[in-house]
Amino acid sequence: MPITVTMPALSPTMEEGTLSKWLVKEGDSVSSGDIIAEIETDKATMEVEAVDEGTVGKLLVDEGSESVQVNAPIAVLLEEGEDESALEGYQAGGASDASSDSASDAAADDGQDDAEESAEAQPAKSKTPPEPEGEKDESRALGVPAFRGQPDASDPTPPDGTEWKPVAVRDALRDAMAEEMRRDETVFVMGEEVAEYQGAYKVTRELLQEFGAKRVVDTPITEHGFAGLGVGAAFGGLRPVVEFMTWNFAMQAIDHIINSAAKTLYMSGGQMGCPIVFRGPNSAASRVGAQHSQDYSAWYGMVPGLKVIAPYDSADAKGLLKAAIRDPNPVVFLEHELIYGDEFDVPDWDDWVLPIGKARIRREGSDVTLVAHSRMVKFALEAAERLAEENGIDAEVIDLRTIRPLDTETVVNSVKKTNRVVCCEEGWGRFGVGAEVASVVTAEAFDYLDAPPARVHQADVPLPYAANLEALSLPGTEEIITAAKAVCYLD
Amino acid sequence: MAERKTTKSPSRSKSASSRSSKPKIDAKQDELLHLYKEMLLIRRFEEKAGQLYGMGLIGGFCHLYIGQEAVVVGMQANLKPDDRVVTAYRCHGHMLATGMDPKGVMAELTGRIDGYSKGKGGSMHMFSREKNFFGGHGIVGAPAPLGAGLAFAHQYAEDNGVCLTYFGEGAANQGQVYEAFNMASLWKLPTVFIIENNRYAMGTSVQRAAAHSEGLYERGAAFDIPGEQVDGMDVLKVRDAGKKAVEHARSGKGPYILEIQTYRYRGHSMSDPAKYRTREEVQDIREKSDPIDKVKAWLLDAGWADEDGLKEIDKEIKAQVNEAAEFAKDSPEPDPSELWTDVLVEA
Repeated sequence: MPITVTMPALSPTMEEGTLSKWLVKEGDSVSSGDIIAEIETDKATMEVEAVDEGTVGKLLVDEGSESVQVNAPIAVLLEEGEDESALEGYQAGGASDASSDSASDAAADDGQDDAEESAEAQPAKSKTPPEPEGEKDESRALGVPAFRGQPDASDPTPPDGTEWKPVAVRDALRDAMAEEMRRDETVFVMGEEVAEYQGAYKVTRELLQEFGAKRVVDTPITEHGFAGLGVGAAFGGLRPVVEFMTWNFAMQAIDHIINSAAKTLYMSGGQMGCPIVFRGPNSAASRVGAQHSQDYSAWYGMVPGLKVIAPYDSADAKGLLKAAIRDPNPVVFLEHELIYGDEFDVPDWDDWVLPIGKARIRREGSDVTLVAHSRMVKFALEAAERLAEENGIDAEVIDLRTIRPLDTETVVNSVKKTNRVVCCEEGWGRFGVGAEVASVVTAEAFDYLDAPPARVHQADVPLPYAANLEALSLPGTEEIITAAKAVCYLD
Repeated sequence: MAERKTTKSPSRSKSASSRSSKPKIDAKQDELLHLYKEMLLIRRFEEKAGQLYGMGLIGGFCHLYIGQEAVVVGMQANLKPDDRVVTAYRCHGHMLATGMDPKGVMAELTGRIDGYSKGKGGSMHMFSREKNFFGGHGIVGAPAPLGAGLAFAHQYAEDNGVCLTYFGEGAANQGQVYEAFNMASLWKLPTVFIIENNRYAMGTSVQRAAAHSEGLYERGAAFDIPGEQVDGMDVLKVRDAGKKAVEHARSGKGPYILEIQTYRYRGHSMSDPAKYRTREEVQDIREKSDPIDKVKAWLLDAGWADEDGLKEIDKEIKAQVNEAAEFAKDSPEPDPSELWTDVLVEA
C-alpha cells in the first residue's frame, strides 16, 4: 500500500506552513533521511526528510503552496513492487482513504534544535482536520474591528491619510525595534539567537542585516550573565533591548532584573537610571510542559521600579514596545508566543508611540466587565460575543495592556457602570493579577458591586504536558463565559 | 594564558625593617606621599565608621575595608577620569579612592539626606555618576556582569574607556562570574576583573570554599583571560600590575584578571564573631605586612618625610574624617516625602 507523506509540524505551535520547494520529483527513489522538501513556517525555513523508502509516486501539493495544514497529505510514496496503478484515488490537494502513517520527519536547516529545543517533528494534533485555505483566521476577524472601533483617548492621532495595514504581532515588535534603532544609536538588541538565526521566534528578523553585529548581538546561553551585562550597559549610557528566548529562562536572570535594574535608581537617590527593556514570550506555549509555560505577569507586577507591559494586538505591541524603548526606566515586556502570528491593523506611522499605563476598552458593554491582558483578551472578546448571542449579556472588555502601573481608574469606572467584574489571566490565580484587580475593585467600587468579583485563571498545578490535561489547566473562553454568567446570577 | 608572578615575602618589606639599606623606591616622592594619604584616609574613615556603628549612628550591615587599602589605591592610580569602577558591598574604600567626598559617604552611612543616595542606599549601595563609580552592589557576584556591561558600553561608544570590576574571592565561586568572563573574553571587553582575595568569605576561608584556592588568578584560563597574582599589601606592586592589566584592556586585547591577595583586619561585617581565625593571625599580618606602615617606612627611609611630617598628615586626615563624621551626624534624616521619590524616572 502506498505511503502518504503528510505536512509535518515543525514546532510546538505550527498549524500550517508554506511548501516552498520540492527537492524530489515524481519517479525519484528516496530512502530514509533524504531531504525531500523545504517548508517555511512562521519561524524558519526547514528541511523535511523522508522517513520511509520508496519511489515518489505523486506530489500532492505544488511548490509555493501557502497555508498547507499540518497533517495534510503532501506526497505519496510507492513501496517496492507497487506501480502507478496503486495511486488511484490520490489527488493533489486532497486526502485519500488509504491508511497513512506518519511518514515524514523534519530537521531544522542548521541541524540545531529550534527554539524551546523542540524542533523535532511531533505528532500533529489529531483534532484539527485540514481547513480550506483562507477561512481560518478568526482571530483577525475578532481583533481588528474590536480595536479599530474603539480607539482610546490616550492614543496618538496619526496624520490624515495614514494607512492601517495588517501586520503580525511578531513583525510589529520587529518594526518597533527597527524604528527605534534607526532613531537612536544607543539602542541595541541582545539575546540568544537574535542575530544570525534571525530570532528564535523570528521577532528580530532582518535586524542583523540592517544594523550589523555591533547592534544585534548574539549571546551565549547565559541568561544571568547577559541580563547583568545589559544592566551594566544601561548604567553606562546605552539602551539595551534584552531578549529572553522565553521568560521562563529569565528566572536565572531575575536577580539582575529586580536587584540591579529595578532597585538601583532608588538606592542611588535618583542618580542611576537604567533604561533597559527585557522582552520575550511569556506564559503558555503549546505542549511544552511546566518549565516552559509560566506566566510572570504577577511576579514582575509586584516590583516597584519596574514597568510591566503585556500587550495583545499588533498596534499595541508596536506602540508600547516603542514607548518601552524610549522609557528611561527598566521595562519588562511580556509577549505571547501563541499570538505572534496573529495579524491586526497597525498605522503605517513612525510616531505610533502609546502611553504606558493605560488600559484599552476593547468592547463597550453594560452588564459585566471582563478584565484581561495579553492572549486572554482574545478569549474575553470571544466570550463577550457569545454572551451577547447566547445569554443576552452585554460585556465590556478591558485590555489592561500595562500590568504596572495598573490603570485602575479605567477598571473601576467600568465596574461602576456594569456592577460586575470577571478578572481573567492565563497564569496562576493565587496572588495573581486578577487578585490585585479584584482587590482594587472591592476597595474602590465596593458599593457598586452586585456580585463578588470573579476570577478566571490557570489551574493551581504546574502545567501538564498531556494534551487533555493541558487544555483542562489553561483558562479560555468557556471559563470566562461561566464566570460571567455566575456574576450575573445566570446558570 | 595565566602567568604567575612570584609574590612571596616581598623584599621591600624586609629592607623596610633595615633602614640603612636605602632601597630604590619605584615612585617619586609626590606620588608615594599621595598613595600614603589616600590609604590613610580610607583607614581613618573606616575606623571612624566602626566607631559610629558602635554608637548606633550607622545601622544594618557595615563592611569595613581596613587592611585592604592598597588594593583600590594602587589600582586607581592607573585610571583616567572617564574610566569606570564597580564593586560589591565592601565599597567605602573604592568610593574614597575614586574621589568621592568623605562627607557624602559618611552621611549615607548614617542614613541622612546629604548622603550620596539621600540615605536610601546605605553602606552597600552608593554611586557617583560624577566620579564614574557605579556601586556598591549587595549581591555577591553581581558586579562581574555589571562591570562587563559597563565595559561593553565603553566599547560600543568607542571612547577608549576601561572598567575596573571588583569582587571578592568568595564571589569568585559564583556562576555569573564565569558567564561574565566568557562574554568579556569572547567580545574582548575592556575590563579588568579584580579578585580581592582577603582570604575569608564571611567566616569561610578560601581553602575551605575554593578548589585550587592557591590559583584564583587562573580562573580565567579556560576563557583565555590572562591572570596574575599580586601582593595586595604592597601598593606599588598593585599599581604596577594594574598598569599592565589596564593597558591590556584599553588596547583592545580584552579582559585581564588580577587576583590581589590582601587581608581584612576587621570582621566580615560589624557583627562578625571572629571565631574562624585566631587573634594571632590577624596581629601577625598587622605587624608584618600592613600596607600603610610599609609606605610609611619607605617615606622615612628615602628621607621624603619625617615623623613629624607624617604626624601632621595623620592629623589633617583625622580632621577631615572628623569633619565628615560631624557632617554625617548633623545632616537631617530624609524628609518623609523622600519615601516616594526615585522609584521611577519621570519620562
